Amino acid sequence: MHGTLSILPLEVADLRYAVRGKELLRGLGFKLLDGSRTVIMGPNGAGKSLTLRLCHGLLRPTGGRIDWSGPAGGNATKRHAMVFQRPVLLRRTARANLIHALSVSDVPRAEQAERAVAALAHFGLSALAERPARTLSGGEQQRLAIARAWALRPQVLFLDEPTSPLDPAATRAIEQMIQSIHDEGVKIVMTTHDLGQARRIADEVLFLHHGRLLEQAPADQFFSQPQTEEARAFVKGELLW
Amino acid sequence: MNTVKTLFSATALAAALMALPATAQDDVITVASTTSTENSGLFDHLLPLFEEETGIEVRVIAQGTGQALETGRRGDADVVFVHAKPAEEKFVADGYGVARVEVMYNDFIIVGPAKDPADIAGGADAVDAFTSIAETESAFASRGDESGTNKKERAIWEEAGIEPSGSWYRELGQGMGPTLNTAAQMPAYSLADRGTWISFENRGDLEILVEGDNRLFNQYGVILVDPERHENVNAEDGQAFIDWLVSDVGQQAIADYKLGGEQLFMPNAK
Amino acid sequence: MDGDNAFLTAFHLILSGDPALAQIVALSLRVTLTAVLVSCLIGLPLGAALSLARFPGRGAVIVVFNALMGLPPVVAGLIVYLALSNTGPLGFLKLLFTPTAMIIAQSLLITPIIISLTRSVIDELWSEYEEQLRSLGSSALRAIPTLLWDGRFSLVTVILAGLGRAMAEVGAVLIVGGNIAGYTRTMTTAIALETAKGDLALALGLGIILLLLTLVLNAGAFLSSRIAQRQAA
Repeated sequence: MHGTLSILPLEVADLRYAVRGKELLRGLGFKLLDGSRTVIMGPNGAGKSLTLRLCHGLLRPTGGRIDWSGPAGGNATKRHAMVFQRPVLLRRTARANLIHALSVSDVPRAEQAERAVAALAHFGLSALAERPARTLSGGEQQRLAIARAWALRPQVLFLDEPTSPLDPAATRAIEQMIQSIHDEGVKIVMTTHDLGQARRIADEVLFLHHGRLLEQAPADQFFSQPQTEEARAFVKGELLW
Repeated sequence: MNTVKTLFSATALAAALMALPATAQDDVITVASTTSTENSGLFDHLLPLFEEETGIEVRVIAQGTGQALETGRRGDADVVFVHAKPAEEKFVADGYGVARVEVMYNDFIIVGPAKDPADIAGGADAVDAFTSIAETESAFASRGDESGTNKKERAIWEEAGIEPSGSWYRELGQGMGPTLNTAAQMPAYSLADRGTWISFENRGDLEILVEGDNRLFNQYGVILVDPERHENVNAEDGQAFIDWLVSDVGQQAIADYKLGGEQLFMPNAK
Repeated sequence: MDGDNAFLTAFHLILSGDPALAQIVALSLRVTLTAVLVSCLIGLPLGAALSLARFPGRGAVIVVFNALMGLPPVVAGLIVYLALSNTGPLGFLKLLFTPTAMIIAQSLLITPIIISLTRSVIDELWSEYEEQLRSLGSSALRAIPTLLWDGRFSLVTVILAGLGRAMAEVGAVLIVGGNIAGYTRTMTTAIALETAKGDLALALGLGIILLLLTLVLNAGAFLSSRIAQRQAA
């Protein structure tokens, strides 16, 4: 994942997304650089998850552009991975889940098992290797999902509310994983509605509200001096709709 | 890929299971015959004798006479063994069969409920009996399936000058056995071949009421499907079967077949 | 009374170890299980593909397969009969009145069942899996084996539905097999024959054996799937 050419920065311009004529994203523009942890914030319905899905390529925008404009940007599809709020694990063992993901992304057969085992060991999940994934606890499942994404050696990791259904202990474990992945040089882009989590993780904040990007700012600046009315209310914990 | 390997072996297994056990097709013939012959158990008696003597395996498909002749016309059988003389003669005349050979006969009987609402019991005239049944509108179960028995029944109605219709006349479109099953339940009169009747176990209230009329004579014929029409016909073995049926050994074997002490078919090869 | 006779007959038949009966049972199993296998090889991937594919007329295809689930066995038999008949397009194969013809007819009968029911199982699974699998980079084609494997416990029921139809079916195998003693006589055609002969006790006795056989197959599938499910959740 290092030593290869970068797909970043990600340049998004006038990004629009509408479903049956209803505009859910109304012209987002931002640029994501390598290295930092970007947290997308905003109240429910702001368009956070949509933005991640569009950047990850799961949805096709109805307007605007998403460009991976780094030197390797032309072939970015396999260089970014995503972890969902509710991970979908296949009905097989934890290890087989990783092997499946590696096989799907065309990792040579001979390397698959080795990389799967390594990924589990990397995150201290080796004990779960032969357990059916669906019998794991919610926290274990999410850790496995992150290990699976990591095993694909992405340069960018998208995480959509990865801890929202989890208890505090599991949340802490996930945050540690995110930190260690960041330390290895992987660009983190995640959404959260949890202010505390955002403060712990974010280097940079994108604040969305009603499908518009209201602020993009370094985290300390965003939390100390939010520029807009909505952001000030949000930082104070007053829910906005 | 595991999936590919699994798929491959599953396909191979399916192919192996579908493939026929290797039989030398030369030693096998297919005979299209009638349900009455099959149901009477005659073939279970004859075929082992023939197979032991010649080593030829006979596969019998029991159908109605109409369907059996159609099977022969399509070349899906080597030999046709049925009982409907005019249809058989037409089959040969149309060029589907080599020649019609008479093998044996039995007779038809009129069966009906013991209560006998049409009062035909003890008679020996089929036309009189049918007339009474029609006049009293007593229930009558007809095969209605273009079989030899069905054709015989219609010939008798015709001779009686009756066009049977109305709720008392039930055309079932079934073989002899199912027709007798139904007749026993209704109860109803019916025309049956004696072979099926003797071997039939679910008679209920039914009894033989009329028999012995010359019109009820039931001749069986056997025909080799013309190999010039259908080249796949196993003419050699088919002819061997026909020759055996009309030989002294075959004729004796037919005469020997008895159920409950009763002989079912009378050999009469010329 | 017939009922008592039937049970006694069934017992006697089973205990006697009658070779003719053993042959009929073996042929029934061979024909039915092979037809189910063939139908699964065709129907499982096709059903899954139909679930994932988007093309014009897809709705019509789904409706057609759903309707074909109700294909009358006699019609399926007749189609295969006409195709395999000496004068038919496939007559040169010389398969009419053979066990292979019966397998073909039964496959024709149950493949639509496997396709339709598989599609509905995979539809549900796909709605759960789609984002995740696409995120991992899986093409729809590559998703088919993944989904079939993950849907395996529901698909066991699909396969059993096909098996049940094939085991119980008489119309198609009678027409294309000919009910030839010792060669193409199965449990169901033997039952039809004994009914025609008026030997209702024997017919019902055979019916009881057929039912037991179906029960054993179903129980086996149920138990093994249950055990596997407990291990794999």
